[in-house]
Amino acid sequence: MVYGHQFVEWLASTSGSIALHESTYVYTAVEGTHVLALCVFAGLTAMVDLRLMGISFRAVPVSEMMNRLVPWMIGGFVLMVITGALLFYAIPVRTYENVFARAKLVFLILAGINVWLFHSGIYLRMNEWGQDPIPPKRARIAGTCSIFLWTAIIIAGRMIAYNWFDNLFV
Amino acid sequence: MLLSLFQWCYNTWTGAGIRGSTWLFPFIEAIHLLGLVMIGGTVLLVDLRLTGIVLQRQRVEDLARGARPWLIGSIITMLVTGVLLMESEALRCYYSPAFWMKMIFLGLAIVFTFGIRQRVALGEIPTAPFWTKAVGFVSIILWSGVGIGGRGIAFF
Repeated sequence: MVYGHQFVEWLASTSGSIALHESTYVYTAVEGTHVLALCVFAGLTAMVDLRLMGISFRAVPVSEMMNRLVPWMIGGFVLMVITGALLFYAIPVRTYENVFARAKLVFLILAGINVWLFHSGIYLRMNEWGQDPIPPKRARIAGTCSIFLWTAIIIAGRMIAYNWFDNLFV
Repeated sequence: MLLSLFQWCYNTWTGAGIRGSTWLFPFIEAIHLLGLVMIGGTVLLVDLRLTGIVLQRQRVEDLARGARPWLIGSIITMLVTGVLLMESEALRCYYSPAFWMKMIFLGLAIVFTFGIRQRVALGEIPTAPFWTKAVGFVSIILWSGVGIGGRGIAFF
């Protein structure tokens, strides 16, 4: 943890970080883009998750929905990671110490594991169940985990902004 | 006249309660954000189909019918949490240009969505391909305006 702290202290001392932190419009634009990208990525992810859970869009094949929407989801995700990294770069030390930022990172890793398990498992046999109105259990579980993990990620992400939690658990 | 309405909102027990609490504003705001994401998903899914960009082989009605309960549910969630957030900082909102931009876009988006877009998407109004595409683009632009205006309230 000592090295992590030294790293974020150094990051905060770089001219780019200071410029981003002190700019009014660039920081605002980056944050606004982060939220819009979130809408694209998490919104479409939620739609695919609802389909995977067998709750909505049963007339639309899962395979169609995933294949057609994945480019949009990847685009939204890349934009979200870039703007998210910039937001961290603007306020490194506080974010590093923030309990909600840490929780968000844990949920993000869990969401990544969920995607990996899904794609290395039941997804490989999608030609067998891709047309079914209600997908198999393992696909429904993956969809459910995804929707709850992203809910947690969004709530934790929103909480990072509030400094009154800063010294809660540190 | 409008200012006195905002003053009244500011003084409601809900507005004062949220202002006085550490956790309530962030918690309600997080739910508001989740609602925004759901609206974003339903709007994009159906509008991208209307514009013909994705899922051309699927019927628009199938997507619009599946999305409808989530669209209506998330708009209600947004309105309830939005009113609570506004009450707690009503006077700041009154003087915020971003707030008024958002309200204009919100009014247009709701009227357009339920007056035209939903009817076109659900196949209640037969529409030529060009106009179907136009409806999809207009809907995306109006809802983007709501989201951008909302984010702007924190800054302007």
